Amino acid sequence: MAIYGTALLAACLLAGVSAGMLLGRAMGIDADIGGVGIAMILLVLGTEKLRAIGKLGRGSSEGITYWSAMYIPIVVAMAAGQNVMGALAGGAVAIVAGAGSVAACFLLVGILSRSAKQAGESGASE
Amino acid sequence: MIPETVHEVLASYPILTAFALVGGLTWLGYAMADKLFRGRIHGSAIAIVAGLALAAVGGIATGGKQGIADIPAFSGIALLGGAMLRDLAIVSTAFGVRLQELRGGGVMGAISLVLGLSASFGVGAAVAWASGYRDAVSMTTMGAGAATYIVGPVTGSAIGAGHELIALSVAAGLVKAILVMILTPAVAPAIGLDNPRSAMIFGGLMGTNSGVLAGLAATDPRLVPYGAMTATFYTGLGCLLGPSLFFFVIRSLAG
Repeated sequence: MAIYGTALLAACLLAGVSAGMLLGRAMGIDADIGGVGIAMILLVLGTEKLRAIGKLGRGSSEGITYWSAMYIPIVVAMAAGQNVMGALAGGAVAIVAGAGSVAACFLLVGILSRSAKQAGESGASE
Repeated sequence: MIPETVHEVLASYPILTAFALVGGLTWLGYAMADKLFRGRIHGSAIAIVAGLALAAVGGIATGGKQGIADIPAFSGIALLGGAMLRDLAIVSTAFGVRLQELRGGGVMGAISLVLGLSASFGVGAAVAWASGYRDAVSMTTMGAGAATYIVGPVTGSAIGAGHELIALSVAAGLVKAILVMILTPAVAPAIGLDNPRSAMIFGGLMGTNSGVLAGLAATDPRLVPYGAMTATFYTGLGCLLGPSLFFFVIRSLAG
């Protein structure tokens, strides 16, 4: 049944965020460190395990895939809830700081992904 | 009579109103991509920009901070696009991903997180210095804001920055998130953003959750789980290093 998939997904997120919050508190900050990432690993491991023992039916899968199909609409809703005027109200300093950071990071993505690709290719040829 | 009744219904079923509104925006985005741009711009990118435009309308109309969700009839947007359902949808995209691929990018992901945070703090602090905010607290707070709009206020309040400066750092983080949403699909080919490994590097370098996720969704939705995997560590790591390591480094440089 679809609810089994959705329940597993929700449980993974709750467990992941709890672990992320505990990790943050252990380091002395009141923020979640990597909760979503931990949840993703739990979901991958959990569904692989269930599939291996034949307990992941089509209905359960649909309870998960529905939410990934809703991903883009949720992102559109997130965009519609952004504080766009707050971003503009910061004036030139905020705009230059934000834009400068984006430009620097785009450059670094290009450099790092190229070097990662080269490393991968030379690794494969050895 | 009719408008009041409709408004009352919209406001009392907020999540349904949000589904209908977002469905309409998404349809509009894909229709424009198909008919107007003949597939050169992805439909989700247009829908996201349309969402941002609506958010600006909401901000102007109400003076609030939650975009269109500040208009009572559209308050469901805050729930549908809020952290809870957003994170649920992100995690669901990992379904079907092989653990091997996530592990493969681990070292590169960690490097990109440290580099991304350093670059944002560096650029933010330099812009603050150039604008006349030359004390270490102001420079660190602006640098933190250039990381994300959460790292900014967390770092700023930890090292005792004033309200005005914290507001400025939040604005810098918002500018970053919005620019990443809009620009990523356009620059993706130039920076090689077309495979899981580069998506993990991208997530770690950019770090802004909303920007990374919307940017990847508009570029290639299959890359979303990889970018999310690294971006999820960014804000926490930034809140950890901002008031400590980065503050000490900037203070020693600024004197």
